[in-house]
Amino acid sequence: MKEQNKNKVRRKKGSLKQKEALMGYLFILPWLIGVLIFVLRPLVQSFGFALSKVKMTPKGRISTFIGLQNFTQILQEDETFPTELGAYLIKTIIAVPVIVVFALIIALLLNSKIKGKGVFRLIFFLPVIIASGPVMTQLVDQGAGSIPSINTSAISSMISFLPGILEDAIMSVFENIVMYLWYSGVQILIFLAAVQKIDTSLYEAAKMDGGSTWECFWKITLPTIKPMILLNAVYTVVFLSNNEQNTIITTIKDAMFGTTGSKGYGYASAMAWLYALVVTLLVAAVAAFLVMKKDVYQKQAKKVRKAQKKEERLLKKLERRGEKYEQQKLKKAAR
Amino acid sequence: MSSKNSKKQQGNAVAARRKFDRYKLKKWIFGSKDEQGAGKSLVIYILLICIGFVYLYPLLYMISKSLMTRADLLDSSVSWIPSSFYIKNYVDAFTSMNFVRTFWQSIVVAGLPTLLNMVICAIVGYGFARYEFPLKKVFMGILIVSFIIPPQITMMPNYLLYNDLGILDSLNAFLLPALLGQGLKSQLYILIYYQFFRQIPQVLIEAAKIDGCGHFKSFFKIAIPSAAPAILVVFLFSLVWYWNEAYLTQLYVCGVFGDGFWNTLVVALKGFNDSYTASGASVTGETMGSLNEGIKMAATMLSILPVLLLYFVLQRQFVESVDRTGITGE
Repeated sequence: MKEQNKNKVRRKKGSLKQKEALMGYLFILPWLIGVLIFVLRPLVQSFGFALSKVKMTPKGRISTFIGLQNFTQILQEDETFPTELGAYLIKTIIAVPVIVVFALIIALLLNSKIKGKGVFRLIFFLPVIIASGPVMTQLVDQGAGSIPSINTSAISSMISFLPGILEDAIMSVFENIVMYLWYSGVQILIFLAAVQKIDTSLYEAAKMDGGSTWECFWKITLPTIKPMILLNAVYTVVFLSNNEQNTIITTIKDAMFGTTGSKGYGYASAMAWLYALVVTLLVAAVAAFLVMKKDVYQKQAKKVRKAQKKEERLLKKLERRGEKYEQQKLKKAAR
Repeated sequence: MSSKNSKKQQGNAVAARRKFDRYKLKKWIFGSKDEQGAGKSLVIYILLICIGFVYLYPLLYMISKSLMTRADLLDSSVSWIPSSFYIKNYVDAFTSMNFVRTFWQSIVVAGLPTLLNMVICAIVGYGFARYEFPLKKVFMGILIVSFIIPPQITMMPNYLLYNDLGILDSLNAFLLPALLGQGLKSQLYILIYYQFFRQIPQVLIEAAKIDGCGHFKSFFKIAIPSAAPAILVVFLFSLVWYWNEAYLTQLYVCGVFGDGFWNTLVVALKGFNDSYTASGASVTGETMGSLNEGIKMAATMLSILPVLLLYFVLQRQFVESVDRTGITGE
């Protein structure tokens, strides 16, 4: 009788759990359908396109399978795409730290005790609203993307010992410095929210022990907002990659929808896939780079744990020795 | 003796005061443990103002150029302040963009998908945050991956799909993906809601459940009313990004050749050169480039003015909401 009851209870618990799971699926159902239709299906389809030659005719599209030919053609014969891809990689790798560090500095400045915080916040979040699409294009076209008073030729001569492609990338960062600053709106927002959430008692305790502001930054602020740095870095990579200002995006779009000189849709799909691969690798690399670096506390904790284990082993060893000794003593006594 | 002593004392006092003054000065500049020094504040202000100027520079540039006459634009002695307050650029841009009609259409094109985003992403985010179900981690992974992959991969197949469904060149091409949680950057909004709903104490929902509150009721009566900050953030971001999206809007909604029913300000800005020359403004020869500059800037200004105003109105709530939504996670 008792066992029956137990069983009953357990079954009911299981069904409740099932029901919860079912409700969960029900809530995310729209998104699930959406993913199937608008993400997975197009992914498969465009991968199919990338492996074949696609012709658009008035009757419809005709695609013939040609294997990896599109990819090899891009990598070996295309004049612009691989170089553009390389330039994009270097530019992004330079721009991400610039944007993230800059956003952090502004967030810290905004977080200090000053008057008129509201006005400054208003200004620094402005790019979130404007910095996208044709507005940016117009501004860059008109030369509003760089500050004329920054002497670019001086910087250029300073870094001229670097290889050409790197130099170009660094120069483009300096020339578009305003644009890069404008791209850091969302990042500032995220950092500011994170910095404001840090418990002030931590700083007070550190000040009591004689820590300077500088030390506080490195030992309290930075470790606390570390996850945000990762988030911001990844966001920046994604943003820069999918941005309309990006020349690769334009190239791919032209290859896709352009009528003159386009090599067919299959070719463009292959380009897009290559690009996606590079972006994904980049995101993974950035994430790995930031995750791998353990912070001070973890290192310290590991050290302490190691020392503890060592001590325990030593103690055990001693204990065993002691036992042996005592046993021997007992044996001797027995004799 | 005594006079010597008193002199010495006086000297000591002066030295002490001087020392004290120096200390005070130092304190005043660098600040103490409790207070921030004036010097430090000054440095912060200077930095903020400089960077703030850099941030405002494009906007100021735009305003200044848009108010210049053709002569001012060509005159190298006029760099920032126009010689007269010239608003004909705006008038020209206004008419050639067909502002009133385009403006209302922009609001509809950006607004309706935004409303869908607000609702659907809330539902999905709640599902992710509140329930445990098999494969949840996998789905979260897909969610993040679908945010990272470049949209170019899925652009063409989706274009073909919309074509087959017959919803191309209509607003449905934006509404359908938004309805299924795949609108413009919907993944981000789902994550925002997810973070927010996770902060709601589980106890609250359990208490409601004990009082006989169903799954949907607890969603509508507990989760949604407390999610106002998240809703505001999603609303503003979504509206702004839909508003600023030119390429996809042109591809899916307006029609590539610009002959569709729908037109938005940003798309109009993109094709502004053509429309300006087509509208029959008297443009000839060399002056055309510089003439267009003022009008182009005026048009740019007009196209972002609505979102700019919205931002100025909502900015306080916006910033406060960002603090509370837990975009920052953890």
